[in-house]
Amino acid sequence: MGLRRVVVTGLGVISALGRDRAAFWDALREGRSGIGPIEAVDCSQLRFRNGAEVRGYNPDDYLDPKESGFLDRFAQFSLIAAREAVADAGIEWTPELRESAAVVTGSCVGGQCTQDQGFVDLYLERRPRVHPLTIPRTMANAGASRISLEYGLHGPVYTISTACSSSNHAIGQAFWLVRQGISDLAITGGSEAPFSMGLLKAWEALRVVSPDTCRPFCRDRRGMILGEGAAMLVLETLEAALARGARIYAEVAGFGMSSDAHHITQPSVEGPARAMRMALADGGIAPEAVGYINAHGTGTPANDPTETRAIREVFGKHAERLAVSSTKSMHGHALGAAGGLEAAATVLALHHGVLPPTANFTEPDPECDLDYVPNAARPAQAEYALSNSFAFGGLNAVVAFRRWNGA
Amino acid sequence: MSNDLTDRVISVIAKTQRIPKEKITPESTFEELGLDSLDSVNILFALEEEFQISIPDEDTREIRSVGQMIEGIGKLVAASGGAS
Repeated sequence: MGLRRVVVTGLGVISALGRDRAAFWDALREGRSGIGPIEAVDCSQLRFRNGAEVRGYNPDDYLDPKESGFLDRFAQFSLIAAREAVADAGIEWTPELRESAAVVTGSCVGGQCTQDQGFVDLYLERRPRVHPLTIPRTMANAGASRISLEYGLHGPVYTISTACSSSNHAIGQAFWLVRQGISDLAITGGSEAPFSMGLLKAWEALRVVSPDTCRPFCRDRRGMILGEGAAMLVLETLEAALARGARIYAEVAGFGMSSDAHHITQPSVEGPARAMRMALADGGIAPEAVGYINAHGTGTPANDPTETRAIREVFGKHAERLAVSSTKSMHGHALGAAGGLEAAATVLALHHGVLPPTANFTEPDPECDLDYVPNAARPAQAEYALSNSFAFGGLNAVVAFRRWNGA
Repeated sequence: MSNDLTDRVISVIAKTQRIPKEKITPESTFEELGLDSLDSVNILFALEEEFQISIPDEDTREIRSVGQMIEGIGKLVAASGGAS
């Protein structure tokens, strides 16, 4: 069997920009940031106060109370995003489809809030026991498994944990599973709920979190802002999507991944550049056909100039004509869910012909000298777009999407 | 077994499993109540909290009904000096 073409027919998103896909896109298009004071944790003992939390979330609006007790916040987000994506795609499940369907998700820290609560019970409250569901709530695959239960899916179901690249590694592998003919459909993306005191203290100690907001590529950027949420994509073959008359958001065109083997936290130019080149090569994409890059763009001093140099290295003169934005300026850095949220942003950008901006933009850093679509979204129809994720540990994953133009 | 202990065990099951208390009797089996093994560990956790006892794993394996649970809790409470 030759390689099959793969398209995105469903999207579900829950994030700091709102609890569904429509709210997510409205905020991106308006350049509106979801960053604000953290509510989940008392920040009086932290050096930072702001995060990108899912606001107004009540699990009872989505799950019956007993069910929500079985799931950590991050796994609840997975399920909510998957339900929206599957309904959006209008999937009608058949026994054959269920037999091969895949669920591949990304998560960096899994059920962090559950684990943190267990430690509070044990070490602070001196209680003799922790909650009996601590293990199934904490496991990083809890979301993927719950999605497979929701629809009775029996194909490859697994979770990838590669820090901030988790979702992109997941989406790339789901794409390959469908392209290769192993699965006829995949639900893929990522989820994260990192707002626990233990994890916030760990990020504080690393000294990479901004005390105010996230200003990627700006001269006065002060670091990243943590975010949470989930985004899921429904991938299926082009043939199946056309046969059932499905609405196609975009085609998944290529996937590339690489390892820096350079430093545990410092980014490199060459690793990300190789991942971008491999994504282009995987999809047979000419660099000049790329019109937009959803950057990793964390807003840390180290990432942004390094990513800029990597883009220049891959695209040469064409880098001058590329639009590059970091939507982390709006939905925050959702760690293992980052690639999921950004894939959704990239696919919606291609679908609507509007490029989301880099919000909170002040003045450019001389070392960051590309077109970052500052503050205001731009009507522009890119033919191809890349979504970049580069992780601590030197792991890079890049997904390429193509605008769906009916052929 | 005291009515008070029976009532407390049934209350814990009702609360953790969100089952109306009237539907639970000492004769109810877990199967009748629709409780699986994960529900069972949740109930044991709540009972340990309620009675301030530790329930050994080997005491839990054969329990299939509310009555067995009440009986087991009664013994553990008595062994711990009746403190509850």
